[in-house]
Amino acid sequence: MSDWYRDFANSGVGTTITKQFGLPRPAVLRRYAPGDPLLPGPAVIGSAGEGRLREELTSLLTEAGVTVLSPAADTEKLSAVLLDATGLTTPADLASAHDFLAPAVKRLRPNGRVLVLGDPPSETTSPAQSAARQALDGLVRSIGKELRAGATANLVYVPFGAEASIASPVRFFLSGRSAYVDGQVVTVSPADLPAGEDVDRPLAGKVAVVTGAARGIGAAIARTIARDGAHVVAVDVPAAGQALAGVANEIGGTALQLDITAPDAAARLVEHLRERHGGVDVVVHNAGITRDKLLVNMDTARWNSVIAVNLQAQLDLTQALLDADGVLRDGFRFVCVSSTSGIAGNRGQTNYAASKAGIIGMVRAFAPGFASRGGAINAVAPGFIVTEMTAKMPFGTREVGSRINSMQQGGLPVDVAETIAWLSQPGSGGVNGQTVRVCGQSMLGA
Amino acid sequence: MTRQAAIVGGNRIPFARSNSKYARASNQDMLTATLDGLVARFGLQDQAVGEVVAGAVLKHSRDFNLTRESVLGSRLSAATPAYDVQQACGTGLEAAVLVANKIALGQVESGIAGGVDTTSDAPLAVNEDLRHALIALNNAKTLPQRLKALSGLRPGQLVPDVPRNVEPRTGLSMGEHAAITAKEWGITREAQDELTVASHQHLAAAYDRGFFDDLVTPYLGLTRDQNLRPDSSLEKLATLEPVFGKGEGATMTAANSTPLTDGASAVLLSSDEWAAERGLPVLAHLVDAQTAAVDYVHGGEGLLMAPAYAMPVMLARNGLTLQDFDLYEIHEAFASTVLSTMKAWEDPAFCAEKLGLDAPLGPIDRSKLNVHGSSLAAGHPFAATGGRIVASLAKALHEMGPGKRGLISICAAGGQGVVAILES
Repeated sequence: MSDWYRDFANSGVGTTITKQFGLPRPAVLRRYAPGDPLLPGPAVIGSAGEGRLREELTSLLTEAGVTVLSPAADTEKLSAVLLDATGLTTPADLASAHDFLAPAVKRLRPNGRVLVLGDPPSETTSPAQSAARQALDGLVRSIGKELRAGATANLVYVPFGAEASIASPVRFFLSGRSAYVDGQVVTVSPADLPAGEDVDRPLAGKVAVVTGAARGIGAAIARTIARDGAHVVAVDVPAAGQALAGVANEIGGTALQLDITAPDAAARLVEHLRERHGGVDVVVHNAGITRDKLLVNMDTARWNSVIAVNLQAQLDLTQALLDADGVLRDGFRFVCVSSTSGIAGNRGQTNYAASKAGIIGMVRAFAPGFASRGGAINAVAPGFIVTEMTAKMPFGTREVGSRINSMQQGGLPVDVAETIAWLSQPGSGGVNGQTVRVCGQSMLGA
Repeated sequence: MTRQAAIVGGNRIPFARSNSKYARASNQDMLTATLDGLVARFGLQDQAVGEVVAGAVLKHSRDFNLTRESVLGSRLSAATPAYDVQQACGTGLEAAVLVANKIALGQVESGIAGGVDTTSDAPLAVNEDLRHALIALNNAKTLPQRLKALSGLRPGQLVPDVPRNVEPRTGLSMGEHAAITAKEWGITREAQDELTVASHQHLAAAYDRGFFDDLVTPYLGLTRDQNLRPDSSLEKLATLEPVFGKGEGATMTAANSTPLTDGASAVLLSSDEWAAERGLPVLAHLVDAQTAAVDYVHGGEGLLMAPAYAMPVMLARNGLTLQDFDLYEIHEAFASTVLSTMKAWEDPAFCAEKLGLDAPLGPIDRSKLNVHGSSLAAGHPFAATGGRIVASLAKALHEMGPGKRGLISICAAGGQGVVAILES
């Protein structure tokens, strides 16, 4: 399932032709491999407004071995441009954001990163201040659409008191783990976070459940989470058992054949985790099905089965794990797989989109309760991800679907997996109740 | 040092009908896949267990080291020793007994017992006449001698020797033997068909409630036993013509006899400590086992009646009666075999004369018999049946709570039988 067009556009003759005709030139994305530096080159950090995060950002980058250059001093190409936009008071302050970003973004290398941090618009009663803060949203998303060559732009909103929560999202958005995450807005919140983390094995010693792990995105999630150090309990329906055992054996995990819609599924999962592992740290609700039909042609069975697997099972399992005594371990993390279909809607997928939108609401509502127990729950919404399923799409539909995003290419299962692995980290506790799209800033539902 | 071996869990692939889904899979393929499923279930990747013991009844000569080769192809550590055993249909249970005994003696802390059989990839041998002719040719030293040896070749010798499901000493198939026993004990067609329907219904219900979710791993597109017919009924079975036994009074059909089947099973056994260290469950313990053999050639006993003889020996040693069990697993080689065996245990004359008992062993509560289905529904890949029964029974006893007893009885070719006691 290689991207033939991307390979062509990056070949010698392809480069000439695509330039001549103004054709899209999808980049070979910088994807994370263990041992990679946070950034391959230097970064600059600028401020707009008062700015209360600059010192924190500088020490964070320096500790990660990144050279932080002075914005004015140099003409060296940059791997990342960070803007501390906290402290904006009026829209007029945005001019300084423009003054910093314009020359800096011009110096951005391929696969560069633009990351803006601001105050949440909801946390002020001043219309002017809220306007200035909200303006960052439009600014960042537009930069994302202007950037080429695999570069991304993302925004982190940081309320007062949540400054310590920025380390994990900043590292994620700058690293190759976020290769296909573009134009996203994440709001952090205060959280008790562990000190120090093994950057290459952030999940060492953790037990993680991944549902739907036999193939596709689920298998990629299992592999990525295992690579990050966790023991993975790979769950899938009994019928997928052979592939599931293959995944479990590949990553040194265990296979649990379980239909998550069975009446006793939650009880069996809880019992298994308690007996075999003494609890669980990470739960990834990935299992999902599609039963596509136009609404007017959709029978009740198609509707019900999709809601049961994609939404109700996630609700039931989550509630059962919350209720089970001593099964969730300190700093537990849940990640629920939603979809851009749930945000943008999709023809022929009323049932699927309803279930995937429902997940976003579920996560938002669970989040405060999770936070009060030191946990976190988030959703990840994949866009066009190249899998066996998309390989079966008609050529034209597939090509259009994979190009209509800022990265001009489809994402890979590992891109979804990296985002989920990030949200599973102990240090990501300040990200809670959020929905992060892994869609290359798709034009759908943007 | 003796201790009881714990049964931690099991794995098998769904059993396939002969020459169907697994037609292209070898014994080694199936046993390796089964071991890998067990490894995945219990997180044993790259670990060495004390010993892997398994076997096959129908075995190619190239598979002389079948179990060790399967271990080498699996995700177990290559430092895991293995050996093959073969006791016909008793192979799987005998393998479990062997592993359990080494655990009981403290010679190993853990082990895997298994079995595999394929009737689709049965070993074909060179025709015996051809072999003799070729030996003569090989020994010939002069041209005339060679020509003479070559002249002994005939087209008919190209037909390979196919293994047949017959007793070498009687020339009768196992089904024909069973039919004789069924007639002797007056086992009716209706009783056999009832047992058959129950087997299918029990197996189907067990699948439906997810009982096999942690006992079976799908293989080559098969997710349930291929022979299983959930809609099996007495009316449908009544329409079948008998295939074993002759003429009037023949009762044994293709439905109430097990079909030729391909498949594999494996059971993980260990000491209690080994399981506890790994957070693995102890479903049950293997308490005791007994084998017996009968002279079916000259002694006037039925080929598959040996378990009837093994049982009282084992019960007496453990101070138990036949009624002291919560679940019974009597291998359904043929429905008539199960019924003949149970009838023998109830028969005062048989128990007195043949078993030397003061009183008959008595009846078995049929509601406790083969409650998750048995070989008539699941199929019977000869060496794989023991592992299927041990793992399923251990899980069923575990579900019922601690201190529950289960009894296993398996008949085997050659007039042999293996029985065993499990306790949760």
